[in-house]
Amino acid sequence: MNLATKSSGWEARPVAVEARGLTRKFSGKTILDNISIAIAEGEFVALIGRSGSGKSTLLRAFADLDDDAEKDGQLWLPESSSVLFQDSRLLPWENVIRNVQLGLHLSPAELRQKARKALADVGLSEREQAWPNTLSGGEMQRAALARSLVREPKLLLADEPFGALDALTRIKMQELLQSLVKAHKPTVLLVTHDVDEALVLADRVLVMEDGRISHERHVDLPSPRRQSDARFEQLRAELLAALGVFSPNNQLQHAGDRP
Amino acid sequence: MESHSRIVSHALTTRWDAAYSEASPQLDYRRQKGASAKPRLTPMRLSSRGLLFGPVVLLVIWEIASLAGILSPRHLAAPSTALTTGWKLLLDGTLGPHLVASAQRAYVGLAVGVAIGLLLALVSGLTRIGEASIDGLVQIKRAVPTLALIPLAILWLGIGETMKIAVISLSVFIPVYINTHAALRGIDLRLVELARTVGLGRLEFVRRVALPGALPGFFTGLRLAVTTCWTSLVVLEQINTTKGIGYLMNRARDYGQTDIIVAGLVIYAVLGLVSDGLVRLWERKALSYRKVIGS
Ligand SMILES: Nc1ncnc2c1ncn2[C@@H]1O[C@H](COP(=O)(O)OP(=O)(O)OP(=O)(O)O)[C@@H](O)[C@H]1O
Ligand SMILES: [Mg+2]
Repeated sequence: MNLATKSSGWEARPVAVEARGLTRKFSGKTILDNISIAIAEGEFVALIGRSGSGKSTLLRAFADLDDDAEKDGQLWLPESSSVLFQDSRLLPWENVIRNVQLGLHLSPAELRQKARKALADVGLSEREQAWPNTLSGGEMQRAALARSLVREPKLLLADEPFGALDALTRIKMQELLQSLVKAHKPTVLLVTHDVDEALVLADRVLVMEDGRISHERHVDLPSPRRQSDARFEQLRAELLAALGVFSPNNQLQHAGDRP
Repeated sequence: MESHSRIVSHALTTRWDAAYSEASPQLDYRRQKGASAKPRLTPMRLSSRGLLFGPVVLLVIWEIASLAGILSPRHLAAPSTALTTGWKLLLDGTLGPHLVASAQRAYVGLAVGVAIGLLLALVSGLTRIGEASIDGLVQIKRAVPTLALIPLAILWLGIGETMKIAVISLSVFIPVYINTHAALRGIDLRLVELARTVGLGRLEFVRRVALPGALPGFFTGLRLAVTTCWTSLVVLEQINTTKGIGYLMNRARDYGQTDIIVAGLVIYAVLGLVSDGLVRLWERKALSYRKVIGS
C-alpha cells in the first residue's frame, strides 16, 4: 500500500467510519480483501478504481446492503447514513416532495417545512408536486440528493451519483454537492469513475484494485480547485497512473517516483 | 389459463403503442419525401376504431348470409333479428329481471372473489409462511377447472344462490391472486434497497413501496376477473333457477330460438367490454403517474 506521507490535519479529527480487515466474498470469490480504512468526521473521501475492482461492494458494505455476502472483519459506522445511488430510485407513484420525506418521522408541519427547505436547496421548489417520471435525469438526481440530505445524515454514501448525467449537468451537480456538503458537513464516501470529479471534491482519494486499497492521496489543493492548475494536473496524472491508465504526461513527470 | 398470459402481453402492447404513436408521424413524413427507403418492420399503430374492422366485417357477412338464406334461422339468427328480439324483450320487461339476477350473481361473486384473491396474494406475497401455505394450493386450484368443482359445491352448499356465488368467486380469485402475487414478488429490488437505506419499517414499506408497486398487477388481474365472473353463469344458471341470462339462453335452446341465444351472447359481450372499460378507466386514474412519461 502506498500511504500518503503528507499530514492533512484529518488525523486529528474523531473517526466517523472505520473498517478493519473488511472482507467480502460472493460465492467463494473474494471481492473485498482485508480492507482497513478510517474516515474522519466531515471528511470527503473519493473512491476510484477500475470497473469490477469492488468500489460498489465497499460502499454497499458501509450501507449495510450486503446480506448475501460472506462477511469478515469489523466495521464501525455512525448512527445515521444515507445513500445516493446512480439511479435516483425515486418512488414513481409518489410526487417529489413525498419522495423526499420518505422514511422521516416528524410532525406533518415539520415534514413539509424540512422537505421544502431541502428541495429549495437543490433548486427544485417548483417541481415539488411533480411525478418523478416527468423530471429530467439531472432533476431526478437533485431530488435524490434532497432526499439524502433532508435526514441530515452523519455519513453520505454516494455510488457514482452523477455517472449517468451529461458533462454540463455533472459539473453543476458537483458544485451543488460541494455547497450542500459544506452546509451539512456530513462525512462523505463518493464512488466515482471520474478522476477530475474526485480531485475537485475530495479531501482524500482512495484507489481500489482487486478488492484492496492500492493507493491513497490526500488532496492538498487550494480552493477553488481549478483543473488547469499545475498541481491539479500532477495529481491527476498520479491517480491515472495508479489506475493503470497510460498517460504520457504521467510518464514524463512521475516515472521516477513510481517503483 | 391461457387468457392470463394473453392479457399481460396486451398490457405490453399498449405501452409499445404509446411509444409508437409519437414516432410514427416522423416516419411517415420521411417516407413521403422519399428520403428513406428503409422498410417498416412493424405494423403501423392501429387506432381504437380500427379494432372495430373485424367485428363489423363479420356482422355484415353474417347479416348478408342470413338475408340470402345461406344461414337458416334454425342454426343462427341474423344479427338484426337478434337485436330486435333483444330490444323487444327489454321493452316488455322480460329481460330486466333476468339481467338483474345474472348481474347480481356475477358482481357479488366478483366482489367476494377479488377480496379473497387480493387478501391471499398479500399474505402470500409479503410473508414466507404465507407463500408456503397458500401459493401451492392456489396453483393446484388453478389446474382444476372451476366448473369441475360444481358437484362438490352443490353437495356442500346446496343448489341455491350461495353455491353459485361461491363458484363464481372461486373462478374470479385466481387471476387476481396470480397477477397481484406476481407483482408483489417482482417488486423492484432497487426500491427495496432504497427503503432499507431510508429506514422504512415493515408496515411503511408495505404501504408505500410494496402495495403501490403491486397495483398494476392487481389491475391486470381485475380486468381478467370482470370478464371471468360471467363465464360460469351459463352453466350455473341451469341449476335450480328460473332467472338469469344463462337460464334464458338454455330455455331458448329448448325451443330453438336462436335469436334469443344470440341476444344473450351480445349481452355477455357488451357487459364484458363495458366492465373491462370501466376497470381500465379506473386503472388509468390510479396509475396516472405512469401516463405522464414523455409528456
Ligand atoms: N451480489 C453479488 N454477487 C456476486 N458477485 C458480486 C455481487 N456484487 C458484486 N459482485 C462482484 O464483485 C465484483 C466487484 O463488483 P463491484 O460492483 O463492487 O465493482 P465496481 O468497482 O463498483 O465496478 P463498477 O465501476 O463497474 O461499478 C464484480 O466482479 C461483481 O461481479
Ligand atoms: Mg459500481
